[in-house]
Amino acid sequence: MSEFRFWFAGQRGTLLALVIFLVMFSIYVVNHPAIANGGFTVDTVGDVVQTAANKGVLLALVAMAQTFVVLTAGIDLSVGMVFILGNCLASYIVAGSMPMAILGALAVVAVGAICGAVNGLIVIFGRLQPIVVTIATGAVFFGLALWMRPFPGTSADFNSDLADALTGKLFGVIPASLVLLAVLVLVIWIPWRRSEIGRATYAAGSSEVAAYMSGMPIRRAKFLAYVLAGAFAAMGGVFLTFFTYSGEASASNGGTYTLFSIAAVVLGGVSLFGGRGSAVGAIFGALAFRAIGDLLFVFNLDPLWQPLFQGVVLLLAVSVGSARLFQVRNRLELFN
Amino acid sequence: MPTSEPLFRMEGISKRYGGVRALENAELTVEAGKVHAILGENGAGKSTLIKIMSGVVAPDEGRMLLDGREVTFADPAAANAAGIVCIFQELSLIPELSVGDNIIASNPPKRFGMIDRRAQRKLAEEALKRAGGGDIHPSTLVRDLPLSRRQIVEIAKALARKPRILILDEATSALTASDVKTVFEVLKRLRDEGIALLYISHRMHEIAELADTCTVFRNGRNIESYAAGSKSDEQVVELMIGREYHNVFPPKPVPKAETIKPVLEVDSLTWAPRLNGVSFTLKPGEVVGLGGLDGQGQRELLLALFGVLRGTSGQVKVDGVPVSLKSPRQARADRVGMALIPEDRKTEGLMLPMSVRDNLSFAAMSMFSRAGVIDRGVERRAIDEMIRLLAIKTDGIAVPAGSLSGGNQQKLVIAKWLMRRPRIILLNDPTRGIDVGTKQEIYLLLRRLADEGAAIVLYSTDYDELIGCCDKVLVMYDGAVRRTLVGGDITERALIASALSIDTRTDEGAATLTPATA
Repeated sequence: MSEFRFWFAGQRGTLLALVIFLVMFSIYVVNHPAIANGGFTVDTVGDVVQTAANKGVLLALVAMAQTFVVLTAGIDLSVGMVFILGNCLASYIVAGSMPMAILGALAVVAVGAICGAVNGLIVIFGRLQPIVVTIATGAVFFGLALWMRPFPGTSADFNSDLADALTGKLFGVIPASLVLLAVLVLVIWIPWRRSEIGRATYAAGSSEVAAYMSGMPIRRAKFLAYVLAGAFAAMGGVFLTFFTYSGEASASNGGTYTLFSIAAVVLGGVSLFGGRGSAVGAIFGALAFRAIGDLLFVFNLDPLWQPLFQGVVLLLAVSVGSARLFQVRNRLELFN
Repeated sequence: MPTSEPLFRMEGISKRYGGVRALENAELTVEAGKVHAILGENGAGKSTLIKIMSGVVAPDEGRMLLDGREVTFADPAAANAAGIVCIFQELSLIPELSVGDNIIASNPPKRFGMIDRRAQRKLAEEALKRAGGGDIHPSTLVRDLPLSRRQIVEIAKALARKPRILILDEATSALTASDVKTVFEVLKRLRDEGIALLYISHRMHEIAELADTCTVFRNGRNIESYAAGSKSDEQVVELMIGREYHNVFPPKPVPKAETIKPVLEVDSLTWAPRLNGVSFTLKPGEVVGLGGLDGQGQRELLLALFGVLRGTSGQVKVDGVPVSLKSPRQARADRVGMALIPEDRKTEGLMLPMSVRDNLSFAAMSMFSRAGVIDRGVERRAIDEMIRLLAIKTDGIAVPAGSLSGGNQQKLVIAKWLMRRPRIILLNDPTRGIDVGTKQEIYLLLRRLADEGAAIVLYSTDYDELIGCCDKVLVMYDGAVRRTLVGGDITERALIASALSIDTRTDEGAATLTPATA
């Protein structure tokens, strides 16, 4: 019983994000025109979930990327640009035969990891603030994307089979993008979280001095966090290519994804002060944020209201997280 | 050679920070199975010496020998690997991680590349038990533990690294009397197991109880090493401060006349469950101590008076007028005139990266502003006066507060509040981890402030301090004042007995302690 209490305390942020997501998504699904008209069947619900999953997974990947860096008490303002760079690069090299296309997708992820490594090296060895470094490198990454794709376009032999397989449904029911997300959590997130280096990342974010004094590998931990951030952001870029079949160096898209990734991370219970939270929470945060954005659509309201509505709901949602402040009896706790 | 060579030796160690000489040709020999106490004022070079031993800083000159072989440490991890583990005065625990994660912070047991949580849990529980903290749950987050419990975790963490040399830097300064007892038992056992212990403390009676050998440091050099117990306390303190040593406590004045009106009256102040009906009065010129075991509501009482706690009940009167203070800003307002010297000077007392000038001005800004504009001349004069008054050692007022030594930082916190000329001064353990010389200056200052009409509430975990400084001591237990000791009744025996909530019966001078019937 007491074990459960500690587990619950540790997962509170993630669970809250899950609840917010479930509430938002239920409202969305129930009111969706395809279901309202077509009835509540496996097909209609499957289609709605697939569309939502495909849109959500883009932000979820970028939010996971952001989580790694935020856990170190940093922030990565270049994730959106790495995402765009990945998109433009993938539109060239996810091409040809299936093995070549898969290799191309992996190469894009590797390039993302290199972008992250650059960020990490500058932050760690240059002792510069992550926010400044990543604004600068983000501009560089976007410049590369623009140089690569001055105009939107795609490779002549773009492999749409791979794209369709990963954006379609597995066994006709489960969206493949969600399966991929689950695999990433199982194969990358959980092993990382339970590794020594993962724990050193949390430690560095919580108290870097104490972590250093404890002899933890904080440099390696922070470096890996940036590398993983780059890789995940590029993975998001590959996915964007899968949906659009093309690459576009869009500055506004890059900026939007960067800012939305921060919103998703906060909604997912990851502390911007570092050391607290989980990528699973960030995924739910991203999906919830997407669901909030799409609510207007199902209620048939003017899309011009979307940013305003999304902002208000986001404010309300993060306020839920701070509701405990009303119970604080020692005012000093307000500052922690 | 019949006698084995020492376990660890430092020779000709020197270290400079900028122009400041921290260590000059210092030497130290550490033997296995002995407790070696290091004594010296703050700034004498003890901290630097330890930092060099444990790989935090590299020496400019000199060499270190472990088992007769020369060693160098690139970082704390390297020193740990060689078997030198330090428990630092500034805690090295990570607040967002669990107790278990903290104890096994480096080199956790692994399976398939991942941390084996079950094995880690077992190791953590064993280490906690050895450190006398078997009651702490390994899954608790460190940030949810009080300071004294964290220190136990810190010791458990050091033990989990299987040290050959264990360095304790003021490791007991946050501990309650009963915790200290537990820790001492642990340390004595470790000594018998053959571990070398290096013990740094400002508490003389702890050193007397624990140490086998002592070395006194002064101005960056080892002045003298001697077998424990071969010198009197006074001789030791003279070695440390290099000047004639008299009683550290100023004389107490005659008790105040009954007719003086109290400045502060507290009636059944409650903040359940930590404060359960605290009542007392405080007169100008009085120094009232808060005693008792750690964590019996003393800190909460100070915070409640200072307007930090929400939802308190009971009545507080200032000059006979009921007040309801909702923030430190209201508490420090002129009609109340209260000041709180906080427990943790680094987070609650000072902005370390900001200048000495800014830190001193923060609380008193309004006193030298006209129409919202600060008069720099007036500010400068006020600051200079305060630095002179408290003899704060600083390279001018533009240097960051963080560059001052611990004792001078503490003086800075006090000075910051004295700028406002408070009438009611609350102090939360102000001399924790401070050297004898600075302590003495603070005692003198408190008494002078009281003589000038201030009313002082002093919470201290050091019984000597309560005995030496206070006109009256409120011994707290379970959130209430259990007993009030006045004047000559303030003795170590009475303090301990009432702190533990035990009745003392004196029969013909022979006192016996019997447990109170619950």
